[in-house]
Amino acid sequence: MRIVVCIKQVPDSAEVRINPETNTLIRDGVPTIINPYDLHALEAGLQIRETAGGKVTVLTMGPPQAETALREAISMGADDAVLLTDRAFAGSDTWATAYTLSKAIEQIGADVILCGKQAIDGDTAQVGPEMAEFMDMPHISYIRKIVDVAADKLIVQRLMDDGYDVVETSLPVLLTVVKELNVPRLPSLKGKMAAKKAEIKKMSAADLKADEKNLGLNGSPTQVKNIFAPESKTDRTMLEGTPAEKIDTLVKELVGLKCI
Amino acid sequence: MYIKVKRELCTGCEACVQSCPYDAIVIKGAKAEITEMCQLCRACMSVCPEGAISEVKEATDEKETAQGRGVWVFAEQREGRIAGVSLELLGAGRGLAGKLGTELSAVLFGGTGHDALELIRWGADRVFHCDEASLQAFNDEPYAALLSKLITEQKPEIVLTGATPIGRSFFPRVAAKLRAGLTADCTSLEIDPETKNLLQVRPAFGGNIMATIFCPHARPQMATVRPRVMKRGTYDEARTGEIVKVSAKGIASRTKVVETVKEVSELAINLQDANIIVAGGRGMGSEKGFQLLLDLAEVLGASLAASRAAVDEGWIPYRHQVGQTGKTVSPKLYIACGISGAVQHLVGMQSSDIIIAINKNPDAPIFNVATYGIVGDANEIVPMLTKKIKEVKG
Repeated sequence: MRIVVCIKQVPDSAEVRINPETNTLIRDGVPTIINPYDLHALEAGLQIRETAGGKVTVLTMGPPQAETALREAISMGADDAVLLTDRAFAGSDTWATAYTLSKAIEQIGADVILCGKQAIDGDTAQVGPEMAEFMDMPHISYIRKIVDVAADKLIVQRLMDDGYDVVETSLPVLLTVVKELNVPRLPSLKGKMAAKKAEIKKMSAADLKADEKNLGLNGSPTQVKNIFAPESKTDRTMLEGTPAEKIDTLVKELVGLKCI
Repeated sequence: MYIKVKRELCTGCEACVQSCPYDAIVIKGAKAEITEMCQLCRACMSVCPEGAISEVKEATDEKETAQGRGVWVFAEQREGRIAGVSLELLGAGRGLAGKLGTELSAVLFGGTGHDALELIRWGADRVFHCDEASLQAFNDEPYAALLSKLITEQKPEIVLTGATPIGRSFFPRVAAKLRAGLTADCTSLEIDPETKNLLQVRPAFGGNIMATIFCPHARPQMATVRPRVMKRGTYDEARTGEIVKVSAKGIASRTKVVETVKEVSELAINLQDANIIVAGGRGMGSEKGFQLLLDLAEVLGASLAASRAAVDEGWIPYRHQVGQTGKTVSPKLYIACGISGAVQHLVGMQSSDIIIAINKNPDAPIFNVATYGIVGDANEIVPMLTKKIKEVKG
């Protein structure tokens, strides 16, 4: 089984704060991490390899620093890693990112492609399904359980708002996963050694034989017009008095607002 | 396009460095320099006190905008029930169509003729309806293939759906196929009065910033929209419109739904449609604490939600989780009990109409978004509140 896991290096958003004076993000000293959902995708890939055999390749697109994330994935057990890095990729939206990644996967070859359900910086959840369309293969999103893996088909549970669907698919297939799926393993000592020595394969736009007009900003149908800080509430009332008095006031207000 | 710093104007004040969400500006030789990390978000342009940062357009930027007319809403049905967000989008789509002087159409896969009629009563001028059995259950490939085919034939300029597990999963396939721009999880949609482009506002970085996205050239402009942020239009039983039957002939699927399993406790059903939500966090202390919340929820007819901390403790299943990695809700009333209010939780609930925060720590960030704040132990306050509401309701 050829397994490709797509990962993204993201700023640890739990650490990102807003400077209330300038309304800008404080990024000083904010560490970069592997997108948390992608760790669950990687764990799923490693588990499929354990039962079905084969090879797990991790793939990312980003600046040269993203190599750190790939080495971390190798320390967890991935066999090899590919970094797509080129100035031509800058400014990619989800369309151009998915196009670029899918060109790489066409060269790597894959039976199962795994992605986290979304990245915590952009939260779009679009790159996975878009890649599947570019590669003309089925995809299933929000996988919470892999029920059965066979050579030519897969049965999974897809999380929905009101429960889950059991879905069967042919291979090759792309899956995006939620964190209920598994508990990602920690890097092993052996893995860490391997990560140090591993050679990370780098690919540029030329290596991908990609159509230039589909890359980076030129290949991106969407553009960011501006960014701004979300509004915060200013009309807050802190209730005073004994607990009983606070509750009396609160319930009166709620009755007045027709909430009760 | 790219962003350029005019070196002769730059004073090296570093305002742009602070403003950049992507760490893409460095100071070299006391002047700012844009690195390849730049995502062209333009944040630096507005903060530069010298006006030294500008965008440079390239010749390839000016492409023809494909023509298109009409606003479309994909109406989602699951087991014969139309999603609430679809009706909200008919309300929002009506407004957008009005501003563009065009028509509003709905697209319905599965469901019945009665469902199609209901979409007209909720505001659609026309419904493209495919009622074939193969589309009753949701599969990404056939939904994407048929919607793409319809869009190619009819050329709408805007296509919207709810940011639900279904919409967020298959709309990207349609956008990929049609080379269309797709914006996820929008919280506001406007028409630019000059260019007539759709301006789409969405949260990013876990809600720490908001971004306005637009598609200058590609058509259609596609977006998924969060449930409960748009208002439903008016329901008019007398309203008439056209129902266009659509065939799914030749549309295949390599995935198959074998079984659909409902798996929700009574109080979590439609968290996103709930009018009142009672939510608990780490401050509830235990599963017993959540029993107190359940009592309150029952008195109010509310749904029960939780922060990630409480879910991670195992006090309540993941399905109840509200926040960045859970659900986004915006009920009329949200009662946050023992929730400190990490930004990841706030993004999932801060658009609620009225927020009541109960927390021991007077400095907890939850109070920053609260309408009413009570400093105190939720385990003590909640039972008193339940009792009082029971009395008032008689």
